[in-house]
Amino acid sequence: MKNSWDKLIQGVRKKDIRAMARLITRVENREDGWKTAMTEIYPLTGKARVFGITGSPGAGKSTLTSEIAKELADRGHTVGIIAVDPSSPFSGGALLGDRLRMQQIFTVKEIYIRSMATRGMLGGLCQAARDVIRIMDAFGKDVILIETVGVGQDEIEIVKTADRVMVVCIPGMGDGIQAIKAGVMEIADLYVINKADKPGADEVEADIQAMLSLSSDVEGDVPPVLQTSALKKQGIQQLVSALLENPSDTQKQKVKEEIRIREEILSLMEREVFRQVRSVWENDGSLQDSVSQVMQKTSDPYTIVKQMLLNHKNR
Amino acid sequence: MNQKRKIRVLVAKPGLDGHERGAHVVAYGLRDAGFEVIYTGLRQTTEQIVNAAIQEDVDVIGLSILSGAHVSLTRKVMDELKNQKAGDIMVIVGGIVPDEDIMELKEMGVREVFTAGTPISAISGFIESAIPAD
Ligand code: B12
Ligand SMILES: Nc1nc2c(ncn2[C@@H]2O[C@H](COP(=O)(O)OP(=O)(O)O)[C@@H](O)[C@H]2O)c(=O)[nH]1
Ligand SMILES: [Mg+2]
Repeated sequence: MKNSWDKLIQGVRKKDIRAMARLITRVENREDGWKTAMTEIYPLTGKARVFGITGSPGAGKSTLTSEIAKELADRGHTVGIIAVDPSSPFSGGALLGDRLRMQQIFTVKEIYIRSMATRGMLGGLCQAARDVIRIMDAFGKDVILIETVGVGQDEIEIVKTADRVMVVCIPGMGDGIQAIKAGVMEIADLYVINKADKPGADEVEADIQAMLSLSSDVEGDVPPVLQTSALKKQGIQQLVSALLENPSDTQKQKVKEEIRIREEILSLMEREVFRQVRSVWENDGSLQDSVSQVMQKTSDPYTIVKQMLLNHKNR
Repeated sequence: MNQKRKIRVLVAKPGLDGHERGAHVVAYGLRDAGFEVIYTGLRQTTEQIVNAAIQEDVDVIGLSILSGAHVSLTRKVMDELKNQKAGDIMVIVGGIVPDEDIMELKEMGVREVFTAGTPISAISGFIESAIPAD
């Protein structure tokens, strides 16, 4: 078992794409040994820059991601793309369709694309995304783009794992300010008005600028607002240059990183503690006993949890 | 589908025919049967299909072909898979395929062929039984 992980990690070091792809699968599936594998991957990481791309469905994120990746590859970068789409809450399956808009880059050898389903992981998606980013980083991808639909809390959380986040808006959705959902303001480092080949882009830009100038949420660097047409390949070079620009406020970056590390430790810990406690309770039968007690109305869930935690501590 | 591991399936259309309905029906149907389906669309070259399959680490490649060119298109995909040392990825074919060609496809290594009118449950059932559940 250990051996098969080692082989994959060796493969990643040797830039074997199948090894990277398989390692991602096994880590994403949380197969036994995944944390040890990530411990070995970790020292190989830290070189990649990670950019989040979020916005409403249909805003053109995938098309834009494809153009950005192509431009980055032209400039000599190696690129990893993570395209996240929701799993069906009913079947647990998923239709991952972002590649439809990325066909032109399937055969660019500097670019690796990985589609990822949310798998209803309630926060776990964030960790899984971080792991995939690290595997790509360890492989040697120096820019990683992560596309998510900017709707759910989970998706917003994922882009927070990025160094910089760009929010994609489009003209013709009525009031530009309304188009920008609550919560997005605090994560946006850059606004892109895509589909600028359609009428109304200037109005949206004016709306966003007005909002930015009046907002107290924005400290330090004011996020740039750019117009693109991913379809007509316009504004892509300017966008990529803006993305690659180093943020001037290094102090703010440091604070962001600190928050990120703290959140990661806490979320890993939360899962691990829960997993361990649960497996003890399930294995020694105390969970089943407790359920019976509540069924027989000799106890209640609140008391049960309190008692079980006490017992657990005294073990 | 109760197994822990998610089965990942690539659905792609090689060649030039624009009959997309079958591929759509199968892609949505497999999603609803619990698979993770990566749909890459029409007019895919052999290289595009094989690269996508490798990058996505899929368990199954499903080719949808209604152009009549299933024998030559499939052979190209099988060759490119071997060329890229990915001959272990399972390939299935769907579309308009006359009976006499089904044997030929299977001889190339195609695991199963699904022609017009196949219910989705037959496709999902086949994949589930063919992929080890580890
Ligand atoms: C609808 C249709 C069209 C529509 C397509 C609309 C669209 N966007 O899809 C239009 C009108 C555009 C069209 C055009 C043409 N068509 Co047409 N078309 C059909 C028709 C009547 C039905 C196809 C269909 O949608 N079926 C419904 C779907 C759900 O079924 P399916 O695709 O077969 O998929 C099932 C299985 O095959 C399998 N499957 C399919 N894909 C996959 C993938 C995987 C992974 C798996 C596991 C299974 C699987 O599972 C599905 C569910 O059971 C068929 C005749 C027929 N009865 O099949 C002809 C047919 C396919 N067309 C044909 C022809 C010749 C053409 C044209 C060349 C006609 C012309 N001379 O202009 C053009 C070509 C257009 C192009 N660019 O390619 C011929 C093909 C002959 C051949 N292969 O030898 C057929 C067979 C008609 C005939 N009998 O001659 N067509
Ligand atoms: N007019 C126009 N359409 C675009 C542009 N970018 C993307 N689209 C189209 O918008 C639709 C959705 O694009 P997609 O990239 O899948 O959006 P996503 O859901 O945000 O990833 C597709 O039909 C694209 O062709 C653009 O710049 N201009
Ligand atoms: Mg998309």
